[in-house]
Amino acid sequence: MSRYPIELGAPAWDYAPAPESRAVARLDVGMQGRLHIGGEWVDAADGATFATHSPATEEHLADVALAGAVDVDRAVAAARAALPAWSALPGAERAKHLFRLARMLQERAREFAVLETLDNGKPIRETRDFDVPTAAAHLFHHAGWADKLDWAGLGASPRPVGVVGAIIPWNFPLLMLAWKVAPALASGSTIVLKPAETTPLTALRFAELCQQADLPPGVVNVITGAGATGAALVRHPGIDKVAFTGSTAVGKDIQRALAGTGRRLTLELGGKAANIVFADAAIDQAIEGIVDGIFFNQGHVCCAGSRLLVEEPVHDLVVERLKRRLATLRLGDPLDKNTDVGAINSAAQLGRITALADAGEAEGAERWSPDCALPERGHWFPPTIFTGVSQSSRIAQEEIFGPVLSVLTFRTPEEAVTKANNTPYGLSAGIWTEKGSRILWLADRLRAGVVWANTFNRFDPSSPFGGMKDSGFGREGGRQGLLAYLEAASNDATGAGGGIDG
Amino acid sequence: MAERIPVLRTAKLFIGGAFPRSESGRTFEVVAPDGTFLANAALASRKDVRDAVVAARSAQPGWAGATAFNRGQVLHRIAELVEGRRGQFIDELRAHGADEHAAAHEVDATVDRLIWYAGWTDKFAQVAGSVNPVAGPFFNVSVPEPIGVVAIIAPQASALLGLVSVVAPALVAGNTVVVVASQQRPLPAVSLTEVLATSDVPGGVVNVLTGQVAELAPTLAGHLDVDGLDLTGLTGLPGASDAGTDVDATALEAAAAEGVTRVLAAPSVEPDFLRTPRGIERIMTWCDIKTVWHPKGT
Repeated sequence: MSRYPIELGAPAWDYAPAPESRAVARLDVGMQGRLHIGGEWVDAADGATFATHSPATEEHLADVALAGAVDVDRAVAAARAALPAWSALPGAERAKHLFRLARMLQERAREFAVLETLDNGKPIRETRDFDVPTAAAHLFHHAGWADKLDWAGLGASPRPVGVVGAIIPWNFPLLMLAWKVAPALASGSTIVLKPAETTPLTALRFAELCQQADLPPGVVNVITGAGATGAALVRHPGIDKVAFTGSTAVGKDIQRALAGTGRRLTLELGGKAANIVFADAAIDQAIEGIVDGIFFNQGHVCCAGSRLLVEEPVHDLVVERLKRRLATLRLGDPLDKNTDVGAINSAAQLGRITALADAGEAEGAERWSPDCALPERGHWFPPTIFTGVSQSSRIAQEEIFGPVLSVLTFRTPEEAVTKANNTPYGLSAGIWTEKGSRILWLADRLRAGVVWANTFNRFDPSSPFGGMKDSGFGREGGRQGLLAYLEAASNDATGAGGGIDG
Repeated sequence: MAERIPVLRTAKLFIGGAFPRSESGRTFEVVAPDGTFLANAALASRKDVRDAVVAARSAQPGWAGATAFNRGQVLHRIAELVEGRRGQFIDELRAHGADEHAAAHEVDATVDRLIWYAGWTDKFAQVAGSVNPVAGPFFNVSVPEPIGVVAIIAPQASALLGLVSVVAPALVAGNTVVVVASQQRPLPAVSLTEVLATSDVPGGVVNVLTGQVAELAPTLAGHLDVDGLDLTGLTGLPGASDAGTDVDATALEAAAAEGVTRVLAAPSVEPDFLRTPRGIERIMTWCDIKTVWHPKGT
């Protein structure tokens, strides 16, 4: 790797360490090693457990239960048993349960932020300012829906979809939990949730919070495990709907497994977003957006702006300023409040990022990283920029899911659209220009479920999020997202019915 | 004076606005319920399917790029021309077994259904979209967009009304369509292609194939340039006893997964298409929501 110190006038600030206390995470207490099923903490039927580690230090954090087919069965049965009473509860009462969860999450925000940072490796600045507050906001927003379902768009008295099987990824563990739990509970559905194997702790802590909040047993069930646990859950005949966020490959497997079952499905899969910068853009703002687009959460973001498309005349300027900005990013201890870039979530993910970055170099792109020291222990990858990337290069085509930006150029808006859409994915896209008509022209033509213009990586519970093409189907957030958890009262045959959620 | 011999119509496929015979050169006999010969229809091949998908894909950006008002006018124009051929459609439905009253009722309902969907083109986005009150200084808007190319297995019993009831909603948002007509009752679909060809529908926006669902559906389901798969017409297909017509719905849905294709599964019974559709569900089945953000500031 070519790495050289950068002399572009970047200020060289020194920061004293400012670590957040980890005591609040209470790793020594809690429900370690157990599943949360039907309001009880239970061991896996066969007693199996697995360990979760800190990606930043590789230290052992906790042992959690490894749910097998028997446990999946029990969890689905518990969710099924809880469904009649929960769905019959007046919406206003379900709403109060959700409001309570939102409030209690806010009360314990610091604890959840620290626990998430420990287990995931992302900076405390992000868990504190983004993951936890946005998760709480999602619960709060959907609480208000619970007694207003008649306005969801399916006519009067829509029915809950039933028992939801949710599989969530490791990049935003608590937030993805909230994206599934909040609309499910608001609709009157019950849920069995499986967090990712490398980040199970905040989901277990959330189950504890559900208990504390007196949520009826079985409404929220959390089972920990790996791929086999998830595979058993999505294939379980007692599930009415699967909500999956994760890789496109696994999403296709799930869609295949559900073929012919009539069960409903939403998929939020991978992405390879183009972030398009025109020469007339406010360049300094664009630089901040580019950095946020690809280095937020170490690039472990399905909608990350991983392909930077720069209008040719400003390519050199943008790359120069980008390098200067990257030189100021602080990589290191995720619990340090000054840290911008945390640890890569797992050794396996680090391996994938490393392999793809090496492939980029082998295919002739020029690689650059700021001169930053990587901690000796843990999984780390420096912020990296590739210039001179060709459209066909693997780093321009494949999702890296890491802090790696591929820079390409274009000359006309038409070329920008063609290059941006030249991917099987269609999750998000970015546009940077001061010309309003051009923004709207591009927004119409970009095949992406979310388009950020003069901003990037913004999320809100009222704003539908989700992909086109191989990035999946269904939306999360807002009225449109809620529809995935509801069915019309009279599902007559001339309507579309079942299957895909709009 | 000798009785005049009527000129018979050749039943062809409709691909990219043209009327090819099947590239395979094959035909099949269309017969009335009592076995009377009605016509030789083109027996479409897998190659015809691929040609039709290419035509649909090529036509899609133009159709989606037309104004909603324009798409509404085109759908209305289709209704006008179906009305004008009312007698022809009634005759074909009767040839396929409907009594006179039912056939007339079905044609009337078909015209009305087209008008109903024509009116939705510039309205459904207001119903399905939203301006979202996000917690920050941003303009945030969500709008439905067509997913692209929709492959449809048309209903088997309702050969005209059913066909229009599944094709029109896909067209409303700007999708283009490849549709396999009712296997045993293809004549109204063939006549509809003649309407489509003369009603300002751009070539390739609707492509109609006649033939065996069992032969054509797998190619459609697994085609990576197909974005949506409507299996409504699997219901009521001629039974497995009829060699070569056995269709595995589960296998088709599984094949669609490779392209993350949106699937509308086959219903347990063929829907009663005489009933007015429930809202915009069928339109939205073939749409994705796009959300656009922009900061507000001075």
